[in-house]
Amino acid sequence: MEYIISVLLSGVSVGGQYALIAIGYTLVYGILRLINFAHGDVFMVAGLMGIYLAAVLPITLSLPLVIILTVLLGFAIERVAYKPLREAPRMSVMISAIGVSYLLQNTATYVTGGQPMTYPTIPFLSGTVDVAGTQTKWVVIITPILVLALVFALTQLINRTKVGMAMRAVSKDFETSRLMGIKINSVISVTFIIGSALAGIGSILFFTNYPAITPMSGAMPGLKAFVAAVFGGIGSIPGAVIGAFIIGIAETIIKGLPSSWDVSVFSDAFTFALLIIILVFKPQGLFGEAATDKV
Amino acid sequence: MKKILACLMTGVMAFSLVACSTTPPATGGTDAAGGQAAEGSAEAGGATDGAAADSAAAAGDTIRIGVFEPSTGDSASGGKKETLGMQFANSETPTVEVGGKTYNVELVMADNGSSADKAPSAASELVGKNVSLVLGSYGSGVSMAGGPKFEEAGLAAIGVTCTNPNVTAGNDYYFRICFLDNFQADVLANFAMEKFSAKKAYCLGENGNEYDQGLVAFFTQVFEGAGGEVISDSFPTNNSDFTSYLNKAKSEGVDVIFTPVSIAYAKQIMEQAASLGIDIPFLGSDTLDDNMVLEATKDTNLQLYVSTFYQEGGSETFDKGIKDYINNNSDAMTANGGNDTISAVTAMGYDAYYVALEAIKAAGSGDKAAIKAAIPSVKWDGVSGSIAFNEVGDAVRDTAYIKTADTANGTWAFEKVQSGSGK
Repeated sequence: MEYIISVLLSGVSVGGQYALIAIGYTLVYGILRLINFAHGDVFMVAGLMGIYLAAVLPITLSLPLVIILTVLLGFAIERVAYKPLREAPRMSVMISAIGVSYLLQNTATYVTGGQPMTYPTIPFLSGTVDVAGTQTKWVVIITPILVLALVFALTQLINRTKVGMAMRAVSKDFETSRLMGIKINSVISVTFIIGSALAGIGSILFFTNYPAITPMSGAMPGLKAFVAAVFGGIGSIPGAVIGAFIIGIAETIIKGLPSSWDVSVFSDAFTFALLIIILVFKPQGLFGEAATDKV
Repeated sequence: MKKILACLMTGVMAFSLVACSTTPPATGGTDAAGGQAAEGSAEAGGATDGAAADSAAAAGDTIRIGVFEPSTGDSASGGKKETLGMQFANSETPTVEVGGKTYNVELVMADNGSSADKAPSAASELVGKNVSLVLGSYGSGVSMAGGPKFEEAGLAAIGVTCTNPNVTAGNDYYFRICFLDNFQADVLANFAMEKFSAKKAYCLGENGNEYDQGLVAFFTQVFEGAGGEVISDSFPTNNSDFTSYLNKAKSEGVDVIFTPVSIAYAKQIMEQAASLGIDIPFLGSDTLDDNMVLEATKDTNLQLYVSTFYQEGGSETFDKGIKDYINNNSDAMTANGGNDTISAVTAMGYDAYYVALEAIKAAGSGDKAAIKAAIPSVKWDGVSGSIAFNEVGDAVRDTAYIKTADTANGTWAFEKVQSGSGK
């Protein structure tokens, strides 16, 4: 029983962290129809900024600063690497995204020298707590709650505010909303800002839990969050969150199965097999809108 | 939705393309690959400076020793520490006398990127630079991947801490100065049974990593042979959540946890084990003998025991020399992880350099074929013990150091000198 709880706890917390990254993918896809491959690396860079800032500033200052700098990074990437390609074929933008991803990874290798870096301990979040006889970190409990709160706030923003309305309009029809006087570029910037802020928050939660950062740390969570977004229906926020929780929990359950079954090694394979299955049988994902051909 | 599929497919293709092409113009800025190359040559440049400082040798009379080590990737931190030992030895003895003539010794670096894909090209790079022999690598997988290139070129390589048996088996040109994985696993299994009377062990290694899997297999063989029970798991590359595995070990009620993994993973495992409050003793292989892993155990209740090649205090002169070298050189300090704790791999790198010099002396020239022929007869009393080679090209060793993490002080404490079961 204790063991089942501990596995579920890990699963929910892994899922919550994937969810924060997956929202970034799904928002950008919804607006730009672009899979922002650099998103996972923005998340990794946010983690590294956390390390370097916490070394010189008190933690209360460095954490908000991490989020602000991550937002600036996301904003700058969009302006430098994607905006000039707005009229170019979608493939060019995607290649540009992959380029940014490599640039961030290699810059991180250069800066850190390829050595794993240790994330600072954050008071309270890093503290341990007993849940039904299982010891775990506070961050594990807080992550899913925070994710749900952020998703709630985000859906309110999208459904109730003017910016949100503009975002919905742009995602429905890019050209028409531009003709209707919506400032496309600022809507896109807002999207990147929200996505990056969530990646920044996600990095704080993720690396508090798994405190070693290497330049490749963003690649795997990023890829899995992407699968989560596709699974839930890319473009849909609740879909991305639910997809992320399903993948996180399924993955930890597979890892936690008895070793004699010899299946724990397939935890990653499961995630990507899921991607193939969903693309074959329900390409729009769990909550995605079915693509309708306009005549 | 076909578009998404198409996009994904092209995404995959584009990934491989981008890997070899330049970054798109919009991203501009520093080309990181170029940055690495610059870093690499800066290191090599540093080594040359050290050699050039000795005015006794005439310019142009240089023997080049290739350093085949990872300075990027998962094993970068180990590779850098091993290289550090060689650089220190090179700064101490930058020349070698052959046939009454003094030659400068230059270290030529090649980064094998901790990856079996990149290792062959790094090996070819060294072959192309006309080195006389090669030292390295940290990590058995890359050594095995690079080995055939050295063999083709007729270039001898001396493995420093690559412990997998397949590095030297079947390759006449690969030698090594460290003990082997089967010996190491044997030692650790015996230690587990002697010290903890262990009956049940949990093994965790990275999937597809020959080093991890080799050790787990040998450990299982010895441990089960002695009547114990072993449960083992493999985690996928780039995995970051180990709590499921650790909780499983805990719920299975094992006596010891054996984790022969690379440093980055070991660090994660220790940190997560601490947060889960796991009090089962951890056994680690030589990779875990690292400052970063040690740091992760500081101020925790973890018990960590590792088998290794060298323990600080083994040679006073070496300890003092390397500490001075690290403290007076900020690059060396960074490479060593920001403190002056001596890693066993640094001591091994140091010994490897002297073995290489002995081989050059015995060969009587910088000719690679002559050096290859001379290596098997080389004997050297190094700081990590006496070194001689057997017919396969492996070092003859019969004991390993076991040390434990002193979690209160954040240092390694010597536990015992352990021998194997003798099988």
